[in-house]
Amino acid sequence: MSTPTPSTNPLLRAWYDKETRSIIVQIIAAALILSFFAYIINNAVVNLAAIGKDISFNFLWQNASYDINQHLIEYSSTSNHFTAMIVGLINTLLVAAAGIVLATMLGFMLGVMRLSNNWLTQKIAYVYIEYVRNVPVLLHILLLHGLIINALPRPKGSYNFGDTFFLNNRGFQMPSPEFQSLFWIVGAFVVAGIAFAWWFSRHAQKVQDETGKAYPVAMINIAAIVLLPFAVYFVLGSPIEWDVPALKGFNFKGGIVVRPEFIALWLALSFYTAAFIGEIVRAGIVAINHGQTEAAQALGISNSRTLKLVVIPQALRVIIPPLTSQYLNLAKNSSLALAIGYMDIVATIGGISLNQTGREMECMLIVMAIYLAISLLISTVMNWYNNRIQLVER
Amino acid sequence: MTEQTYAPGTYPDLPPPSDTVGPVHWLKANLFSSPVNSIVTLVAIYLLYLALPSAFNWLLIDATYVGETRKDCAPGGACMAFIGERFNLFVYGFYPAELRWRVNLAAILLVVAGAAVLWDKMPARKHIMKFAMIYPLIGAWLLSGGLFGLEYVGTHLFGGLMLTLTIGVTGIVFSLPLGILLALGRQSKLPIIKYFCIGFIEFIRGVPLITLLFVASTMLSYFLPPGTTFDLLLRVLIMVTLFASAYMAEVIRGGLQALPKGQLEAANSLGLNYSQAMRLIILPQALKISIPGIVNTFIGLYKDSTLVIVIGLLDPLGIGRASVADSAWLGLSTEVYLFVAVFFFISCFGMARYSLYLENKLNTGHKR
Repeated sequence: MSTPTPSTNPLLRAWYDKETRSIIVQIIAAALILSFFAYIINNAVVNLAAIGKDISFNFLWQNASYDINQHLIEYSSTSNHFTAMIVGLINTLLVAAAGIVLATMLGFMLGVMRLSNNWLTQKIAYVYIEYVRNVPVLLHILLLHGLIINALPRPKGSYNFGDTFFLNNRGFQMPSPEFQSLFWIVGAFVVAGIAFAWWFSRHAQKVQDETGKAYPVAMINIAAIVLLPFAVYFVLGSPIEWDVPALKGFNFKGGIVVRPEFIALWLALSFYTAAFIGEIVRAGIVAINHGQTEAAQALGISNSRTLKLVVIPQALRVIIPPLTSQYLNLAKNSSLALAIGYMDIVATIGGISLNQTGREMECMLIVMAIYLAISLLISTVMNWYNNRIQLVER
Repeated sequence: MTEQTYAPGTYPDLPPPSDTVGPVHWLKANLFSSPVNSIVTLVAIYLLYLALPSAFNWLLIDATYVGETRKDCAPGGACMAFIGERFNLFVYGFYPAELRWRVNLAAILLVVAGAAVLWDKMPARKHIMKFAMIYPLIGAWLLSGGLFGLEYVGTHLFGGLMLTLTIGVTGIVFSLPLGILLALGRQSKLPIIKYFCIGFIEFIRGVPLITLLFVASTMLSYFLPPGTTFDLLLRVLIMVTLFASAYMAEVIRGGLQALPKGQLEAANSLGLNYSQAMRLIILPQALKISIPGIVNTFIGLYKDSTLVIVIGLLDPLGIGRASVADSAWLGLSTEVYLFVAVFFFISCFGMARYSLYLENKLNTGHKR
């Protein structure tokens, strides 16, 4: 074998030196990336100048002059585009938050069902998961929306739940609360109850660590947060007036209506994500060594406490990271609201406002920035939670 | 009791105790093992009893499968007649009827090329693999034409199943290599390349696909030289590929991180350079570990191809949505969407099963 002779060419020698080569490669990469961006930005500037447009966010303060059928804050067609954007953002956050809650509950239920020793529930969960996750979420949304619109009765033949709740193809009607002047006392009791529960959980934990004596923490906390305010509520003579919906003519008047678009989007996103969460939960529980359960049983710990104190805390470590990405997916999938006309952030600022003002660049920038912020928020919260439950190794 | 002795190996096999075999035992063990379990079983059976017979009646017994309009359908049953009426639309979109042989030919060739890639015992696989490598070009030429004597067909006529397959196959073929490059870039020791890859991946993963499709359909022409533009479908294909490649990169990064560091060190100590080490040692192992994730990304991409309906392309779901709005077939959304759902279920479930098969085949015994 001959020894390679060192090259005399200085350029080649520089190339064969690892340090120099990495600097050269990076300079070339940086030059390529920068020139690419310079090129497209230059194109954009030239193109915008040619049609006499500029980049400006002033349009946000112009009159939006369109209606949004679901607004949780004050909004009318005389409001400006900025308000429309906030309304859309709230609608996005609302459906995402409601979806995350329902999907988590359903998902944990499905995961446990998949591991059940009951053959029937196991198979039902299996069939559900396989069907739901192999069909696009957009299809689920359209299917559910179609079902609500076409298969539910008209307002006249509504499903009636005790004359207070009604379900029909215009949505779900329910009473809306009107708070009387004394209601703040109930609110104060709830706040005080939460503060007490927070203090009491820490105190009980400390007592248990020191003496081994365990309080029924959950019971006492529920009593403090729920039961006591309820008692106060009735003592004060029920300071909430309920505005009950009633059929007037062809539609319902009064109360709050949960619109079909919201119901369809919320249920479809939750059902879809729950199938994925179910598999994640199952994998998490299966990943826990069976020896852990056996050890707990050998120590005489009851089945439910084994689950609560031994299996679930360890399974959560496996479950949380993929669960986070499912939450992110759900939040991003809520943008499909557009397909059924739920007025979320994409439909308001990225849809009607964009078409009215013709400011594609600014509107899409806003929409993307908002989604990036939501993604960042969810991953920060979940990372914080994940760090908290991680195994502390000594 | 008399002791009977048997020579080794001649002890007669006794039947299992009668209470551990048979359907009754199975019921007892799997459905009625405890009071709680029995209640759960009964509730589940009751719920199934509520749902299944009526769904069965609706879908099969009372359903109408042949007819011209909505009025031909029996009330109270599924109205599947529209499927026969619109079947070609669901498959070919608005592709000119006299040129549909090109779509069919492309589909047959896709099956051949796909079989060579997926089935390792295929006869003459080596040669067909070469064909599979250039299939994307052949497929694109067959579908849109315009070269070598084939009549040009605008991509605005693409639709239905063929559009889904076009988007799905293009995305799958191009997102894997791009994802590998991005994953390697993210692991790179060169900071500029590393941070560019991180920025790209995190940006794409942070925004919904729908916004990227909007950018492709409305804004992309701003970033091109004045006066130029290119085909909408091509723009969509690029966006879908970029989108999938960011997710692919994260899946492959997981595989790369799962490899022990010793593998790269061993490769380096054998004198392999970076590209040799990656090609021969690292990637084959990392890709093998990431197969389930890769196939899941493919399935996700395939399902996400339905989102193109928001920018006006008509895949099967888009055709379905248009059919629902057709006055001749008004109010049939459930039937239409169930039909499309069956189509997606079959293809996605098939992919998932293939991934399981591949996992088992490539499992060379490293699992404990």
